[in-house]
Amino acid sequence: MQLTNRKKEVSFKEQSFAERIYLPAILKGMVITASHLFKKSPTINYPDVKRPIAPVYRGQHVLKRDDAGAERCTSCGMCAVACPAEAITMTSGERKKGEEHLYREEKYAATYEINMLRCIFCGLCEEACPKEAIFLTDRLVDTEFERNDFVYGKDKLVEKMNERIDVTKRQTSAVLEFKKTLGLKHNELFDAQKLNKGKHH
Amino acid sequence: MTAFIIYKAIMCGGVFLLCLAAAAYATLWERKFAAFLQDRKGPSRAGWGGILQPVADGVKMFMKEEIIPNVSNRSLFILGPSLFMITAVITSSVVPWAKPVMIDGQVYDMQITDINIGVIYLLGVASIGVYGIMIGGWSSNNKFALLGAVRASSQMISYEIPMGIALIALIISSGGSLSLKEIVEGQDAGFANIVWQPLGFLIFFICALAETNRAPFDLPECETELVGGYHTEYSSMKLGLFLFAEYINMFISSAVMATLYFGGYNFPFAHELYEKLGLADGSVWISIIGFGALMTKIFGFICLFMWIRWTLPRFRYDQLMNLGWKSLLPLSLLNLAITVVVEYFRGNIKF
Repeated sequence: MQLTNRKKEVSFKEQSFAERIYLPAILKGMVITASHLFKKSPTINYPDVKRPIAPVYRGQHVLKRDDAGAERCTSCGMCAVACPAEAITMTSGERKKGEEHLYREEKYAATYEINMLRCIFCGLCEEACPKEAIFLTDRLVDTEFERNDFVYGKDKLVEKMNERIDVTKRQTSAVLEFKKTLGLKHNELFDAQKLNKGKHH
Repeated sequence: MTAFIIYKAIMCGGVFLLCLAAAAYATLWERKFAAFLQDRKGPSRAGWGGILQPVADGVKMFMKEEIIPNVSNRSLFILGPSLFMITAVITSSVVPWAKPVMIDGQVYDMQITDINIGVIYLLGVASIGVYGIMIGGWSSNNKFALLGAVRASSQMISYEIPMGIALIALIISSGGSLSLKEIVEGQDAGFANIVWQPLGFLIFFICALAETNRAPFDLPECETELVGGYHTEYSSMKLGLFLFAEYINMFISSAVMATLYFGGYNFPFAHELYEKLGLADGSVWISIIGFGALMTKIFGFICLFMWIRWTLPRFRYDQLMNLGWKSLLPLSLLNLAITVVVEYFRGNIKF
């Protein structure tokens, strides 16, 4: 059975003089390499020039603060449940009096860790989050020398007040449309009066 | 007398520095050229476009730990790279770099020394070069190094024979002088020797590749089979000297080929150009232009060396020996016979 037409019969005939001094074959090869001399190199000078990244690229996570600067995360654990790689762990804490400017709701994440070696950057945590607290961004996770350093705590994950991270690129029209769904009280503060007003479908 | 010593000192220092600079930048150009042939960019971090890369490489080489194996023959181990480097550099002493310059009625040759057996001197020094490799490889007391050294010596000896015969043909057709200066001057008015010796040049070129241990004849180092060949045990700047001397060899053999076959510092319509510029014989400017012409030719040859290196795979050892003894040697003898017949009819030799 013939699978391809690239089959070649091997012959053991003696080499001619031209073949034995190799020159014609060498010239042929040199023409091939010389033709590459005029080709454009596809190299990108990485630290100077960066490849464009898609606006919805899923890179290192950020824990958002709200406009007043309070952490949005309420330590509900939805992200940890959604995570297929089991990369997220957290412990909860209770907001004390006088900490209202730090935490948006009464319960907050006392610790929040993502193991960047386990994470597969699928974005399911972001999808699961009811408080719009966690987002994936277009930042790349840095390299480290120790495995432990890849476990990112709140110090690395929570955005700094002086360098807010723009996640509007991740809010595609489909996402915004989804958030209008009644009953998904996405962005609202917990309010006893409003509690029963949302209609669940 | 003082003027003579100063002039020779300047010439020696100048040619030495020229060799070092050319070899240093040949390493950079080698990497750049390889990159271009492989659709890459090559070293570009050290300085603008990688212009300081040779400096960085040199500093790296000097900073590395220097290891002399306990089982080696210590003095010979140090002598090996030194000898290789010395022979690489002293070949440059007979190459005429530019036209003689006239200063205050005194003629200064742009050549360290013009000896009347220049061509034989070249061959002799080139074959001493193999001692550096041989001594280095043997004194390492390492099987890989010894194999590399044995390969190097047999290869160099094999290829010296066709090279010598090609040179005999060249000397017959260029008027019988062994002095490089006279060979170059002989090409001033007429054609370059390549016109009368195309086959001879081809043989000489192939042999020069083998003599300088360049790919596809780099079996002595042959990292795929012999780890590093003769320099397996070498580290730090002693390894650097071996690698560096290879580039000096390449530069010098390019210079020799340009001198013997391509007219050295002469170029077509040189006299018309000098006349148009109003330059008298012995002017410094004529020397500088001629030096530029020679450097252009050398650069072309170096590119050709590199082009070949990055095109061809390494020969198998039996192929190398077959090519040397069964193809190049008969070809060079044929070339010699043809040359004698042609020169008889041109009237350059009489019986």
